[in-house]
Amino acid sequence: MITLSHYLMLSGVLFVLSVAGIFINRKNVILLLMCIELMLLAVNMNFVAFSRFSGDLAGQVFVFFILTVAAAEAAIGLAILVILFRGKGSINVEDLDVMKG
Amino acid sequence: MQGIYLTIVLAPLVAAVIVGLFGRQVGRTGAHTLTIAGVGGAFLLSLWVLKVHALDGAAPFNATLYTWGVVDGLRLEVGFLVDNLTALMMCVVTFVSLMVHIYTIGYMHEDDGYQRFFSYISLFTFAMLMLVMANNFLQLFFGWEAVGLVSYLLIGFWYTRPSAVFANMKAFLVNRVGDFGFLLGIAAILQYTGSLDYREVFAAAPTLQGQTLSVLPGASWSVLTVICLLLFVGAMGKSAQMPLHVWLPDSMEGPTPISALIHAATMVTAGIFMVARMSPLYELSETALNTILLIGSATAFFMGLLGIVQTDIKRVVAYSTLSQLGYMTVALGVSAYSAAVFHLMTHAFFKALLFLAAGSVIIAMHHEQDMRRMGGLWRYLPITYITCLIGALALIGFPGFSGFFSKDALIEAVAESHLPGAGIAHAAVLSGVFITAFYTFRLIFLVFHGPERFREAAGDSHAAHADHDAHDHHGVHEPHESPWVVTLPLILLAIPSIIIGAFTIEPMLFGDFFRGVIQVSHAHDVLGEMAEHFHGPWAFLLHGFQGPAVYLAFAGVASAAYVYLINPAVADFFAHRFALGRVVNWILLHKYGFDALYIQGFAAFGRGLGRYFWQRGDVDLIDGRLVNGTAQRVVAWAAKGRTLQSGYLYHYAFAMLIGLTAMLGWMLFIR
Amino acid sequence: MDMTFTSPSLWPAMPEIFLLASVCAILVIDLFLPPRWRHLTYGLSLMALLVTAAMVLRLGQGLEEPQVTFSGMFVLDRLAVVLKSAALLVTGAVLLYGRDYLRERQLDQGEFYLLTLFSALGMMVLISAGHFITLYLGLELMSLSLYALVAFNREQSASSEAAMKYFVLGAIASGMLLYGMSILYGVTGSLEIETVASRIMEQPVGSLPLLLGMTFVVAAVAFKLGAVPFHNWLPDVYQGANTPVTLLVGSAPKLAAFAMVMRLLAQGMEGLAGDWRDLLMVMAVLSLALGSVVAIAQTNVKRLLAYSTIGHIGFLLLGVLAANPMGYAAALFYVLIYVLMALGAFGVLILLSQRGMEAETLDDLKGLNARSPWLAAVMALFMFSMAGVPPTAGFYAKLLVLDAVVDQGMGTLAIVAVLFAVISAFYYLRVVWQLYFEAPINGSAVVASADLRWLLIANGGLVLLLGILPDQLIRACLSAF
Repeated sequence: MITLSHYLMLSGVLFVLSVAGIFINRKNVILLLMCIELMLLAVNMNFVAFSRFSGDLAGQVFVFFILTVAAAEAAIGLAILVILFRGKGSINVEDLDVMKG
Repeated sequence: MQGIYLTIVLAPLVAAVIVGLFGRQVGRTGAHTLTIAGVGGAFLLSLWVLKVHALDGAAPFNATLYTWGVVDGLRLEVGFLVDNLTALMMCVVTFVSLMVHIYTIGYMHEDDGYQRFFSYISLFTFAMLMLVMANNFLQLFFGWEAVGLVSYLLIGFWYTRPSAVFANMKAFLVNRVGDFGFLLGIAAILQYTGSLDYREVFAAAPTLQGQTLSVLPGASWSVLTVICLLLFVGAMGKSAQMPLHVWLPDSMEGPTPISALIHAATMVTAGIFMVARMSPLYELSETALNTILLIGSATAFFMGLLGIVQTDIKRVVAYSTLSQLGYMTVALGVSAYSAAVFHLMTHAFFKALLFLAAGSVIIAMHHEQDMRRMGGLWRYLPITYITCLIGALALIGFPGFSGFFSKDALIEAVAESHLPGAGIAHAAVLSGVFITAFYTFRLIFLVFHGPERFREAAGDSHAAHADHDAHDHHGVHEPHESPWVVTLPLILLAIPSIIIGAFTIEPMLFGDFFRGVIQVSHAHDVLGEMAEHFHGPWAFLLHGFQGPAVYLAFAGVASAAYVYLINPAVADFFAHRFALGRVVNWILLHKYGFDALYIQGFAAFGRGLGRYFWQRGDVDLIDGRLVNGTAQRVVAWAAKGRTLQSGYLYHYAFAMLIGLTAMLGWMLFIR
Repeated sequence: MDMTFTSPSLWPAMPEIFLLASVCAILVIDLFLPPRWRHLTYGLSLMALLVTAAMVLRLGQGLEEPQVTFSGMFVLDRLAVVLKSAALLVTGAVLLYGRDYLRERQLDQGEFYLLTLFSALGMMVLISAGHFITLYLGLELMSLSLYALVAFNREQSASSEAAMKYFVLGAIASGMLLYGMSILYGVTGSLEIETVASRIMEQPVGSLPLLLGMTFVVAAVAFKLGAVPFHNWLPDVYQGANTPVTLLVGSAPKLAAFAMVMRLLAQGMEGLAGDWRDLLMVMAVLSLALGSVVAIAQTNVKRLLAYSTIGHIGFLLLGVLAANPMGYAAALFYVLIYVLMALGAFGVLILLSQRGMEAETLDDLKGLNARSPWLAAVMALFMFSMAGVPPTAGFYAKLLVLDAVVDQGMGTLAIVAVLFAVISAFYYLRVVWQLYFEAPINGSAVVASADLRWLLIANGGLVLLLGILPDQLIRACLSAF
């Protein structure tokens, strides 16, 4: 029997994975974007599970909005990535260190 | 009415701000047009306010316009108290200011700081109006400091001259001493009455009678006396009473228009105005009144004497101002507040006139101020000569001129007083009349009559005074009358200098003009006693010939004529030939040693003490250990702190995650 | 199933609807405009903002009770009116300040104005949010537009680097927010802020899931505000973005972030106030410390102002953590004044950046008094206000916040805050020192068009005026809670 807590645990693990991916990854910016997507999916999992087990549809509606926004976010992120590459000739996270202090 | 009062106050401020900030954009014409419009508007409205209050008998306006803040029940407010006294002061201030504004167009027209100067004098007008219209001590103090500030700015207006910077510093330091007393006085008022509002303080004042406090152990003083004396210390600074008078003569380093406006007609009379405004307090302390009387007498007499030995035309007028301020203070001391304000008003007109006339002479002489290098100028400067003569006659109290009424009434009030110091004061003010007449006509004779000494002096004086102005290189020049913007204010000031006394003596001194504004207890009411013998200005004029003052004035003029026109050798004989004369001359030239005492005494001692503490305390302990130590620590932290901002995205994300984890740990597990 | 469908009252959301319609119209118009007609886009955008602001103010007149519409998703209350009108006017001022700067660098493309308008729309939706969905949508609309704006100058790699950092960190914060919301949704079974608030009240004290959700939400809110330790994006973004974009990022979104704090913490999690105030307290002290100390080591003015922002956010949080109407009002007053000051300070930088020269470092401010006395005076005024010197508005803002904190019996916190304010005064006064007592490195006079000059003077005048006569605004702030 799969209970609510299973879903929550899975989404929690996904969330932690994605956050860990963001700060452990020191190579590719595209990986960052993927981690961000993963994080949103973890959240979606939470919402759907809560919605399903409480019988309230609002959570699932929210998921649709999150998915839409995630698409827009990905578009913006990739656009920034493109100009970043054009300017620096690299999409290495470690090269993003012009500004500090 | 509230809107009108606000307009009066704000019009000069707005003009000052615009001209100050956008001087370059509005240009010279714009600068004087704007400020003159502001001050002129304020003057016309002030006249109307005076009409409404004095002629139509409107009730005094007393209201708070804005509460700036409330701290522990103490209200910090901006408000106006407009009664006959205020309305009169407003008219005097705005009128003299307007005249000076117009005059400045001519006087400063070659100066680079033209706009700056107009901005300052307009700002001054605002500050002075705030001071006289205040209905509480906080605003009074604001105005008090603001006029002081503008005064320093203007004394040091030509800031490239070391003498101007020194004078500026001196005025600042001496006034700090006065303001220290003033502030303590205000603090004492707050302590004992719990309010800063005039109305509430005056209402509470009688309950303070009999209360004492001990400043030094073993001696207990009346609270009221302490308050009054502390406030008067402030007045001594601002109104240049001995021994805090030393800054005023040096303030002549500033341009002449401000000498007329600030250091003769308005700001220096702020102390007189303040004491008159506080009459309900001063009436309750005879000790304070007697102190005021004695300080005033000393200032009136000794400062007048100094006028005799000065050679700089502006300094003569400056010492005369000191002496006249002493007269007003004497009037305050004998509770003849109305007489003091009356003399304040007439003095404002004729002294502003004298200063502006002196300025006109200075322009004609191309910024030469030494009277020994003038002479015979009446032929070249007819308007200046006549107006200056009118001012001089008013100053010495020539019968019929405004100064006659105010000074004679003042002297008679002193004679009527029963205070212990009244005898000395009476002698001082009477002999002061002779001295005043002597130095005033010494000025007139040296400048306008006698041989034309500027011709022979031209050669060497220009070399010596080349730093004064670039225009000194002209060679010998014919003096000529100043432009109309200079002479018009002279004429406009000459008119009230002649007539204002005769017209206003009856209502101001013996009528209802100050009823409810100035309170005089029955025992001190010297003007009330005089009122019994008063039968109109004409009778007062005739009565004047029965007293000694008029004859002393004539004697002064005659002596001056003898010494400086008929037999100039006499002056030299007195000054240099016989022993007593030499000693007196030496003392006078050294101004009784006040400057030496302050500069070589107090200031040098203070600097020495300061250097000691600076070396031992500041450099070693505070700077070395505390301040620099702390600063270095903070800077070190700053350098360390900025390394946290490594620039790497994953460090930032990690910081967020650490923050989140720490918060989660705290919220979920530790609590 | 009940199929009746009542249409919601559109009236409270009229300004948003108008702004959305205007943005769409401008989008289409701009598409067909030749480049030399670009000022038309600028004019229309400015007009749209002003008309919207006027509509908000009109709606706010005589508004007593909050108006709720769209099934509780949209709330129009006095807080919303104050914040929305301020945000719109500030955005308008940003457009004005930035106009000449952008034109000189050929950056005045339609996208700039459109993105700015979209972010303004996002702010409005966020400010009026009564529901987690509207709040999230508003937040993302605002943030996505800002990410794009930061990257707007494609020629500069610093811009794209700043945008990337901003984007990634912002996305993490959004993820945290959503994660927190999902937990709250799970516990309370609702996404509507008011319902969530009342259900939280019913929960037992110290319920772990609630605290979990709350902590995530607090972290996200702290990121949007820029509170330590969620502040790292701020200095880099401020420095990397074009000055007009920095001006935008540093001003109006702070108002929206404040609204987010109010909607989520003050209204949504009122029942957990005792818990989140502890978190805010720690963040406030850290922000004050970091903001005032690290700024001392900065030589770049934009970075300096970024750290100064962090310090100001610390003060803002002090007001919020008082957790009572007085504290909220103080915080609202603070954020409004802060935005005014930031607007002015960056405005001065924009005016100084001329013809291919960016004014960014302290050296560029040296001897400004000799080059342009009025500009130096205005800048000094803003610095004094930021330092909290009376009689500027910054003084009152700090005073009110400290008053609210002391009122709650947290005197020590107030003393700490004052201590750091004193430290921060050091670098503000150092800027004033540079303005007046250093010789200019670049002696050229400052050229500024007349309307910008008047705007800056009005901005400075307002900061001074609100310091002398703060009554009206304080009363407006108090009435919002």
